[in-house]
Amino acid sequence: MYKILKKRKLNPVTHLFVVHAPLVARRAEPGQFVILRVRPEGERIPLTICDYDRSEGTITIVAQEVGKTTRLLGRLEEGDSLVDFVGPLGKPAPLPDEGHVVAIGGGIGAAPVYPKVRAMHERGVRVTGIIGARTAELLILEEEMAAVCDRLFVATDDGTKGYHGFVTGVLERLLREEAEDIDEVLAVGPMVMMRAVADMTRPYGIRTMISVDPIMVDGTGMCGACRLTVGGKTRFACVDGPTFDAHEVDFEEAIRRSRMYVEEQQLALHTCSCGGDEGCR
Amino acid sequence: MPEQDPAERIHNFDEVPFGYSPEQAVEEASRCLSCKKPACESGCPVEVRIRDMIGLIRERRFADAYFLVKETNSLPAICGRVCPQEEQCEKYCIMGKKHEPIAIGRLERFVADFALREGLREDFTPGDRQGWVAVVGSGPAGLTAAGDLRRLGYEVTVFEALHAPGGVLIYGIPEFRLPKRVVAAEIETLRDMGVEIRTNVVVGKTVTVDELLGDLGYDAVFLGTGAGLPNFLGIPGENLNGVYSANEFLTRVNLMRAYLFPEWDTPIKPRRRVAVLGGGNVAMDAARCARRLRGVESSTIVYRRSRKEMPARVEEIHHAEEEGIRFELLTNPVRILDDGQGWVAGMECIRMELGEPDASGRRRPIPIPGSEFVIECDTVVVAIGTTPNPLIAQTTPGLEVNRWGCVVAEPGTGQTSREGVFAGGDVVTGAATVILAMGAGKQAAVAIDRYIQEKRKKGAR
Repeated sequence: MYKILKKRKLNPVTHLFVVHAPLVARRAEPGQFVILRVRPEGERIPLTICDYDRSEGTITIVAQEVGKTTRLLGRLEEGDSLVDFVGPLGKPAPLPDEGHVVAIGGGIGAAPVYPKVRAMHERGVRVTGIIGARTAELLILEEEMAAVCDRLFVATDDGTKGYHGFVTGVLERLLREEAEDIDEVLAVGPMVMMRAVADMTRPYGIRTMISVDPIMVDGTGMCGACRLTVGGKTRFACVDGPTFDAHEVDFEEAIRRSRMYVEEQQLALHTCSCGGDEGCR
Repeated sequence: MPEQDPAERIHNFDEVPFGYSPEQAVEEASRCLSCKKPACESGCPVEVRIRDMIGLIRERRFADAYFLVKETNSLPAICGRVCPQEEQCEKYCIMGKKHEPIAIGRLERFVADFALREGLREDFTPGDRQGWVAVVGSGPAGLTAAGDLRRLGYEVTVFEALHAPGGVLIYGIPEFRLPKRVVAAEIETLRDMGVEIRTNVVVGKTVTVDELLGDLGYDAVFLGTGAGLPNFLGIPGENLNGVYSANEFLTRVNLMRAYLFPEWDTPIKPRRRVAVLGGGNVAMDAARCARRLRGVESSTIVYRRSRKEMPARVEEIHHAEEEGIRFELLTNPVRILDDGQGWVAGMECIRMELGEPDASGRRRPIPIPGSEFVIECDTVVVAIGTTPNPLIAQTTPGLEVNRWGCVVAEPGTGQTSREGVFAGGDVVTGAATVILAMGAGKQAAVAIDRYIQEKRKKGAR
């Protein structure tokens, strides 16, 4: 069992958990993920490692309530335990040692972007951060990001904070004004956002890395559920990724595959007895 | 042996054969000639003392029969169900020359089930501690090595990547062929002996082999990590929604119990017509699982050679036929069709004919030009084989693998190119059978014991 030592509400549907998992913390690197289960009948879901503390033996994860498992996770409190927690899985993100990187975290994507930005910041890379959300209330990790970015832009779809529009709107302006000063773009967020980022940087020829979050079962290369096409070749996100060159990813296929179980996800929520609201009876 | 009626069993995941009653077991045992030189035993990779086991059953000494089997076989309830006995012990049975061979597998299952039902526990006291061994992977090879090493006096830790131990026994082989409670009970007997099992540890990620041998202080490592990496065909449409590797399909159904969704949380989505590519036991398992899932109307095996060349066990093919699985033989897929929304809408195939034998000795299938046709299906399961997962090879410097990614190990001992590292089972041979993996685990246990004892002697000098 893996005990939740700390829980923090980041927004009404997103929580941060600090989990006791010394073996995972020992070798965790930015860009890697864990797979967890919340109950004996539960599914295995991947979540990006948002932070780690080797001496305390802890891993920090951030989960937005989307399906049944993340909703059940959101109901857990400090002192509760997760039944399974395995990692660190996937390859560490290949991060630059110098230059100027624009790091974008769309929505919950700020959580997986954060440890990469911090690692780059620590090794002297100049980082411009962009985080965004639908509305100000849903922004997460703004303070944390601000502490490790040389400058941070905030965008909200409804204009309640920062730039009025998508994170890609901020990126567009940066590209227009200072493209030659940008060595790399790093983006994590919804697939459609990452596709928009890739389309935007392509004409500039700026290296653009994304971290994908596809459907997985085992997370160790066994099932192939997470396969996607990168540079014309089939890759498994769990062992070959999850970080890939955005200009090589077949987004259409990846988006389609991520929607494979949308109906089942709804069914699971509607038949769930977790005591929640909104259909989660 | 009595078994569930096909019309009934296609609606459930309960075990198909019911198993012998004590009377049936004694009757079957009475047919045994008790050969002076039991040929059957030469066909058993784990050297079960078959003749004496049968003798004890005949005397109704079922518990004694169980303990006798357990001496050489850590997992009798599993072997009695999934071993291809027709190619092993039963193949050599003298009775089989003129009549039916003695049903050794069914008798083994009977004594093991008797023990599980009666809660028989072996009286095991470990001898003096001989050292520490790490076993990587809790499938048939790893569990066998662990059990045998424990008997030799070692402290054994088994590391498993998934959340439940058993490897292919738990994620691959379906409930109706090998109930998960049987696997769990066999593993429990190892725990009772003092074998430690640590789930949720991915060796190569969470810890490395070098760390196991270094800081973590193990004297030797046994790699029994199996062949877990799925092969795909490389044909157009393979990444469409509705195309599964057999590993994914079976893992969802077996390990994650997707057939109980939404009571269990993992979904599966075979729609109405499922096509399974391949002719091995895994293909049969996938086709038979699909047949049992809600909403599935048809389940079809698509195989490029003829029935004679099918690698699956005769019994499995027979069970599949009984359950209404269709067979499209001498048929090879060309591409998987898109319904316009990114889902499978059928599979274009081509008919094959058999030519000259190839390297495997089987006649090579050759496409018949112009024979393309479409199989109507909306779900495709690719069951054309697996290779070893490269995670450990990639993170263990000096560990030699061949061009198929299999760990190179000395036959008979499992010694790899790395000192103190032994390997056995599918990770060495590529996908094979449970019992061959167990045999390799057994041989490796002996070799590991010898290695550690010799090292100790050298150290003492």
